[in-house]
Amino acid sequence: MTATPALAVPRKERLTAGLRRRVALTGVSLGYVLLAPLALVVLCLVTTSVSLVPVGVGLVLLLALVPLTAQLAGLHRRIAGRLLGVTVPTPYAPDRRGSWWSRLRGWAADPARWRDLAWTYVSVTLGWTLAWLGLGLGLAVVWYAAFPAVFALTPDGTLANDYGFVTLDTQSESFLQWVLVPVALAAWWWLEPLLVRWIAQLDRAVLAPSRASLERRVAEVSQSRAESIDHSAAELRRIERDLHDGAQARLVALGMNLGLAAELLENDPDAAARLLAEARTVTTSALGDLRSVVRGIHPPVLADRGLAGAIQALALDMSLPVSVTIVLPGRPPAPVESAVYFATSELLANAVRHASARRVAIDVGHDGRALRVVVTDDGVGGAAVGAGSGLTGVARRLAAFDGTMDVVSPAGGPTTVSLEVPCALSSPRTSPSSATD
Amino acid sequence: MRVVIAEDLALLRDGLTRLLEAYGFDVVAAVADADALASALRAHEPDVAVVDVRMPPTFTDEGLRAAITAREERPGLPVLVLSQYVEQLYARELLGSGDGAVGYLLKDRVADVVTFVEAVRSVAAGGTVLDPEVVSALIARAPGDGPVARLTPREREVLGLMAEGRSNAAIAAALFVTEKAISKHTSNIFMKLDLDPDDDGSNRRVMAVITYLQA
Repeated sequence: MTATPALAVPRKERLTAGLRRRVALTGVSLGYVLLAPLALVVLCLVTTSVSLVPVGVGLVLLLALVPLTAQLAGLHRRIAGRLLGVTVPTPYAPDRRGSWWSRLRGWAADPARWRDLAWTYVSVTLGWTLAWLGLGLGLAVVWYAAFPAVFALTPDGTLANDYGFVTLDTQSESFLQWVLVPVALAAWWWLEPLLVRWIAQLDRAVLAPSRASLERRVAEVSQSRAESIDHSAAELRRIERDLHDGAQARLVALGMNLGLAAELLENDPDAAARLLAEARTVTTSALGDLRSVVRGIHPPVLADRGLAGAIQALALDMSLPVSVTIVLPGRPPAPVESAVYFATSELLANAVRHASARRVAIDVGHDGRALRVVVTDDGVGGAAVGAGSGLTGVARRLAAFDGTMDVVSPAGGPTTVSLEVPCALSSPRTSPSSATD
Repeated sequence: MRVVIAEDLALLRDGLTRLLEAYGFDVVAAVADADALASALRAHEPDVAVVDVRMPPTFTDEGLRAAITAREERPGLPVLVLSQYVEQLYARELLGSGDGAVGYLLKDRVADVVTFVEAVRSVAAGGTVLDPEVVSALIARAPGDGPVARLTPREREVLGLMAEGRSNAAIAAALFVTEKAISKHTSNIFMKLDLDPDDDGSNRRVMAVITYLQA
């Protein structure tokens, strides 16, 4: 397709523009005609593979064919989207992590994958017919217009047309065929946009997310929203308690010390001096408390240096060697940075606390679609996501951003935890080069 | 001794000025942001600068960056960086910006006036002063495969106190041993870290601390 004609008809279209649009749409029909055999091939292969599943070979074939079908369906989603001037969303459930077997089971449980298959049926029958009609209408105009010329170029009798009431069998009579040109032109003019629109709407109807999948998505979003609200409420309660029992209490003690020192200054300067010295210690601990509260809310180094600097700082603070590789061409949005920072911090703490690791490696990158953090340790393994596990908290934190966590931790280790959060990066921010030594 | 102070909170800026003046320092300029700091350093060429990490306009780490830039412009310019929190990452960056004459302390340490003033003097004299919090995190860290791994726990303890900017006498007092025992430890440390024995004392101490930080 060279042009990308939106099917929306302008209120006042000039004749030449209308002509160009219809020629382009005829091109689109040609494109659809050529794409349909691909759908046919996929359809045959998938159907065969499904029937071969009992033998086992089918499973292997499906591993390749299901994504291929999705690719083809994705192409049609994009074409339909551009023609109709809308976005046709991709309906698939997220791939299940782990073995190829669980991935296959995930696909089998996803209605969108079955709709893809159904779509190949529709595409090679109804879709293909409509596409041929669209192409045929365009070709008919050309055919009737060029008929006298073609007649002249072919041997006598090949193109003789017997319409019953009139027979065209001489060159001069062949010009009578031009009578049909306006008819074909009118049909093409009127029907071409309709046919292409039907194909696009058909594709969209089958390939767009079903109501059920939208409802499932809404349910997921509501749940993760409820969890993040719960989570932040709990965080606020914790901060309140930390301040109340820590800095606040110490400041009260400080006030008492100072008041008492002021009283004693005259009569017992030595005791006053002792109280003042004590007051100084209390300020130090109060500041220490405040610092740890602040770190728990939003670590200053994260504000200063972003995720890359903050993870480096985190690694330096660990009591075991942590190697850090960060390739980030820009900065993720601040809430994602914060969530990923705390998640990484939790994973590092787990590696030390539960896995008795001796070495940890952190790998941070962005593949253009999602931020990815992989934390690997050489500890004892056996980490599991479950009630009461810190990992559950990490997963919940990330779910608010549609992020996922994948844990591979066989007994005996090593443990690899991958975090993935879909997000865009902002343009790079300058920071001292020494931040990435 | 001539000092430039950079701190954006007026309360603390005035407090620091008052404190240092009380101990005989000559505060030639007290400024509130990184740009003013840069011009004050150029205009007054002080013996030492006391700089807050977080300052306008972005309130992140411009004080630190300004300090590093100033030390690139004028190598060896003594700078003591103060902060509400300390990061080993920043300590490394500061120490990497030249040989010694650098300090990195929590603001809380100002409360211990005598030690704080001692730290300012020590930085001005070319020494290295790291906050005990940075040092204790360093000691807690398992040594990697570098030269620091060759040190005994006692030697690492001594090196940690060296990083805080303490003299041999002060280290001896803190560890309840003789100064002679400490100088034996320090020469072992210098040897194990492959530091030139002919180098003069203070520079070698700084190099030892840098090696330690970067282990």
